[in-house]
This record gives sequence, structure tokens and C-alpha cells, in this order.
Amino acid sequence: MDLFEYQARDLFAKHGVPVLAGEVIETPEAAREITERLGGKSVVKAQVKVGGRGKAGGVKLAATPDEAVARATDILGMDIKGHTVHKVMIAETAPEILEEYYVSFLLDRANRTFLSIASVEGGMEIEEVAATRPEAVAKIAIDAIDGVDEAKAREIVEAAKFPAEVADKVAHVLIKLWDTFIKSDALLVEVNPLAKVASGDVIALDGKVSLDDNAEFRHPEYEELHDRAAANPLEAAAKEKGLNYVKLEGEVGIIGNGAGLVMSTLDVVAYAGESHGGVKPANFLDIGGGASAQVMANGLEIILGDPDVRSVFVNVFGGITACDEVANGIVQALKLLEDRGEKVEKPLVVRLDGNNAELGRKILTDANHPLVQRVDTMDGAADKAAELAAAK
Amino acid sequence: MAIWLNKDSKVIVQGMTGATGMKHTKLMLGDGTNVVGGVNPRKAGQTVDFDGTEVPVFGTVKEAIEKTGANVSVIFVPEKFTKDAVVEAIDAEIPLAVVITEGIAVHDTAASWAYAGKKGNKTRIIGPNCPGIITPGQSNVGIIPGDITKPGRIGLVSKSGTLTYQMMYELRDIGFSTAVGIGGDPIIGTTHIDALAAFEADPDTDLIVMIGEIGGDAEERAAAFIEKNVTKPVVGYVAGFTAPEGKTMGHAGAIVSGSSGTAQAKKEALEAAGVKVGKTPSETARLARAILAG
Repeated sequence: MDLFEYQARDLFAKHGVPVLAGEVIETPEAAREITERLGGKSVVKAQVKVGGRGKAGGVKLAATPDEAVARATDILGMDIKGHTVHKVMIAETAPEILEEYYVSFLLDRANRTFLSIASVEGGMEIEEVAATRPEAVAKIAIDAIDGVDEAKAREIVEAAKFPAEVADKVAHVLIKLWDTFIKSDALLVEVNPLAKVASGDVIALDGKVSLDDNAEFRHPEYEELHDRAAANPLEAAAKEKGLNYVKLEGEVGIIGNGAGLVMSTLDVVAYAGESHGGVKPANFLDIGGGASAQVMANGLEIILGDPDVRSVFVNVFGGITACDEVANGIVQALKLLEDRGEKVEKPLVVRLDGNNAELGRKILTDANHPLVQRVDTMDGAADKAAELAAAK
Repeated sequence: MAIWLNKDSKVIVQGMTGATGMKHTKLMLGDGTNVVGGVNPRKAGQTVDFDGTEVPVFGTVKEAIEKTGANVSVIFVPEKFTKDAVVEAIDAEIPLAVVITEGIAVHDTAASWAYAGKKGNKTRIIGPNCPGIITPGQSNVGIIPGDITKPGRIGLVSKSGTLTYQMMYELRDIGFSTAVGIGGDPIIGTTHIDALAAFEADPDTDLIVMIGEIGGDAEERAAAFIEKNVTKPVVGYVAGFTAPEGKTMGHAGAIVSGSSGTAQAKKEALEAAGVKVGKTPSETARLARAILAG
């Protein structure tokens, strides 16, 4: 889960990383009182989970409380690279900035550990710095058990060649930032820019945080960080039902078991679609290993409720769960939906392979549902589903 | 021969007495796996009956090893407690620990991996969030269905469970030496490279099938390894060509971020290393057949 800037700011503040004051609002008028409290001027910052919002006009200075309200009115509702702005942060204006740095902690997949990245050339995308001036970017491996203590923080400061007069302060920020990383189960904590201001202080002016959804069990505070406004309604409904669903742009609804097989199904359908008017998969939906009739019904309900869907491809490989159980699940799911009064009108193409495939196929043949077609290979079934989607 | 698992492997199950552990211990025994014990401190001293096979429960992994000579542990412990279970397996210096559990916090996996390193890497960890490892006809550790293929001379390594099954099924008439599911999490214990090196050294493996998916750069690193170190033919498949940027596709590690982690980049890297890459599982199977047919 990626956080908004204001959520990252709050998290940094909680763990002792120096930040500027700031509050998030959803209505322009609220900007007035906050700006008054901040001494009469503020920065109005769009809260979107995408880079480049400054260039898009999503960050504006306000010299008076009235102006803050006006700028918040402009920015709220704005579209930045496909993201609608629902919230703005009213932040304290930064003191005079002398230098901009970059620091982060993140997961290092290749080395199966954590990594610190630091640079005295902050303020722009670190990927850009790494591409143009790799010598300006220091990468230091962090042991997941030993973590970042004073000595490790000094090592990072030296590797990135921070100026001597900020060394202590940057080391302090690094220790607090590591604290944020570990205690929040983060996958990424990034401060960019980390600014040296006229007073000599070092302050985190903007930041990115990404948290590990798998760690939510020990972080009840994650609950209120979820961005419900942004979730697609179908994705939100699927989440309610505990389904692993991602909405995509196409016309062929997909249900499968196992993340890899479903990803592969999306590809096969997209290839098949090339010969059928360019139809594409409408979603990712992994119903997991033990797909009961109930889970199948929930999945079908979500997919049939997607107005973009014109045909459905159910692609199941019977592993531990045998295909006869899956076939019964499909038949019962269709009945369950019809009993609920849902009209099932979209054609379903079902491919069953693996454990007890013959038995499963027989169950579908015997059920003889008018909307269900059986095709016994993955490629053939994908082609049929694409053809049906294109024909409708 | 095969890799890492054979008929002589003695297997214990951490979390055997839970619902998932019970179900899969029964299946593993049915496939001929030599399951010699379970571990649960609260049920130590008891035995569990699996259709007439009595399996003893021990209090600790260490005790289980002392009493049975176990050399493989398979872990079905719930995600909140998996790190402790893995640490216990590492402390007991069991040669192979296969972690099936999914949904483990990445910081927990990172910590257990760091711990294994501090203890001298005496335990090979496979997983987490993986289907396990099977040497058909000899031993099956994890949740891979034992009856979809037969013993043969293809080695398979895959990030994905169901794609492992799909590929084993597609090539079931040829059969497999060993198939290993390494898992789809961002941090995993055994990598494509580890499996490629083991298959290269295994006299019972003639061809290697490698299945990857979007996210990270493990396939690119595997490609570099193949170019330098693998003489046997390798056939590849990468899932997720049509996955959009920034959306996690089921596995915690399966996400395209920016320009990195795309299926296309992985395919190109593998092809540059001489690996034949299929566009679909069935095409991949055809490529493997063509190579084996000479």
C-alpha cells in the first residue's frame, strides 16, 4: 500500500523525522483556518499517488488565508495524470532552502535484504540521478537483523559524501527514518528532498512510503490509511468478499486459480484477442486453490457485474482441488446467482484440466447450461472467449 | 539423483496438526513421501494416524531430528508464526526447509534470511509462498499434486504454483527429474539461479524449464547465470506480458514498477542468453519437446 504525502509526513513525525507542519483537508474553506494558524501563508499541495504534481500545477504558494482557499479550490478536483485530487495538504512554507538531498530505505530483492540509497543531489527523481551521475548515488546494504545504528548511519553519510556541517543531522534523520521503516513494516521510505535550510536544520520536505499489506495483522493503524476513494468500485466489492481481483481495461472476464496461471491466462487471451478485433482481458481474478461453489459464485458475481465484460473465461487447473469439485462449483454458482435473482446473460467458456478433469467435464456436459461452453485446452478456450467477446 | 529431494529424504512437518498440515501430510504420505514426524510443542509425545500410518509428534525440530534423522522440514505454520518456525529449523541445522505458508510479512522473511546467513547458511530454504518440491516417484514435499506427472528427465523451476502444475501436466508423458516451486514473494530463499546450478550438476536432468513472472529482476540475473554456467538446454516462460504498471498481480512480488520488471524485458534477457522462450505455456512445452526430440 502506497501512502499519500500527508500520511508519510504524519508517519515521519511520529517517529521523530523532522518535518514541516501540515494538515490535510477535503474542502477549500478549511484552508483558511489552517493558514491563519501557520502565520498567514502556506503551501497548498495536491495529494495524489503519482509523481510530477508540481509541474501539473498541483503545488501552489498562498500568501494569505484567502489565497489558500482560492488555491485549494483550484486544486481540489483537478486531474493529475489520471488521478483526481480529493485531498490537499495545507503545509507550512519552507524556510529558505540551501541544499537538497535524497535518502531512502527499501527492499533489495536481488540481495534478499534491505538497502539504503543516499545522495547529496536530491530534489529530482533518484532514477534520473542514478542514470546521469551514478557516482553521486550511494547504495549501502543493511542487514535485516543488525539494522541502522549510529555507526551504520555514519557509513551512509560518508559513502554519500554529505558535507561535514550536516553530517550529524543527516545521521540523526537516517536513524529515525530507519525506525519508521522497521516499526511500520515498510517496503520503502523515501525522503526527497531532504532540505538543508537557512537555520542549518535538515528537514524532510516531501516523502514516499509504501507499506507491506502482509504485515497488516500487526498494524491495526493500517486500516485507516487505506484509500477508499481511489478504489475502483468493482475492486472494492471484490475486496469485501476477500477476492484477489484487479480491474483491467478489456472485455473478456477472467477467473482462474493461482496467481501465475491467471497472469498467464491474461496473456493468452490478449494474444487470442489480436485475431478477434483486439479484445482484451477485463480483469485479473485469482480464486485460489480450494475454490468452493461459494467462492466461484462470488467471483462470477463480480465479473458479471462489470459492464465492460462481454464473455467470461474460467480457466482452472485442478491441482489439490479436483476438477469435479470445480465443475460442481460452477454449476452451483450459476444456480446460486439465478436464485438470487441475478440475470446471467454473458457466455462462459470453461477450461478444466488436471486432477479429475474428465469427471469435471462430464459434470458440465450433463448440466448442459445454455451459457456454458467447454473447451479443453487453454489456448483454444482463450480463442473461443475472445471470439464471443468480439461477436457481442 | 534428482535435486535436493529423493527417496531417502526423511521429512518432518512443522504445523502438521493444523488443518492444512493434516490434509497435506496425508497427501504427501500417499505419494510415498517418507514423513517421519510432526512438530508441535503442545502435542509432543502424541501420534497422529494417517490411514494406518502412525506419525509421531515432537516438541521441537531439534528433537525430531535426533529421534528420526530427519533432513527435510516442510512448514505449514500460519503466517504470523512462520518466522519463528523458520528460525527454529535454522537453529536445528536441518539441511532443507520448505516454507509453504503464504502472506508472510516481508520484514519477517528478510529477518529469517539474515538469520540463516549469520548461522552459516546450513539450511537451504525454499519459499515462502511456494508449492514445494517434488521428485516424482520418490518424494513430494509441499502441495504439488503428486499424480499429474511421472519420473523423467526434465528439471523444472518456477515462481508460480499453478503454472508449475500446468507445465508438469503439459509434459507429463516425458516426465520430470525434480520440479521446484520457489515462490512469488519479493524475498525468497532459493532462487532460479540456485535451481539452475543444481539441475546443471544433476546427471538425471537433460533439459531445464524455467518459469518466471513479472516483478524484480530475478529472471534477468538467471539469464546472465545461464549464459556463463549452464550447458544444458533451457526453455523459459514468463507470465504477465499484459500486466499493467503499478498493479500487483496476486503474488506480492508480481508488480511492474516503472521500466523494470516487465515480462518483455525478462524474455529478451533470456533469449539473449540462448534460452528459448514460449509465449504461452503450451508453446513452451512444444519448444521443450522439439529440443528433446533433437
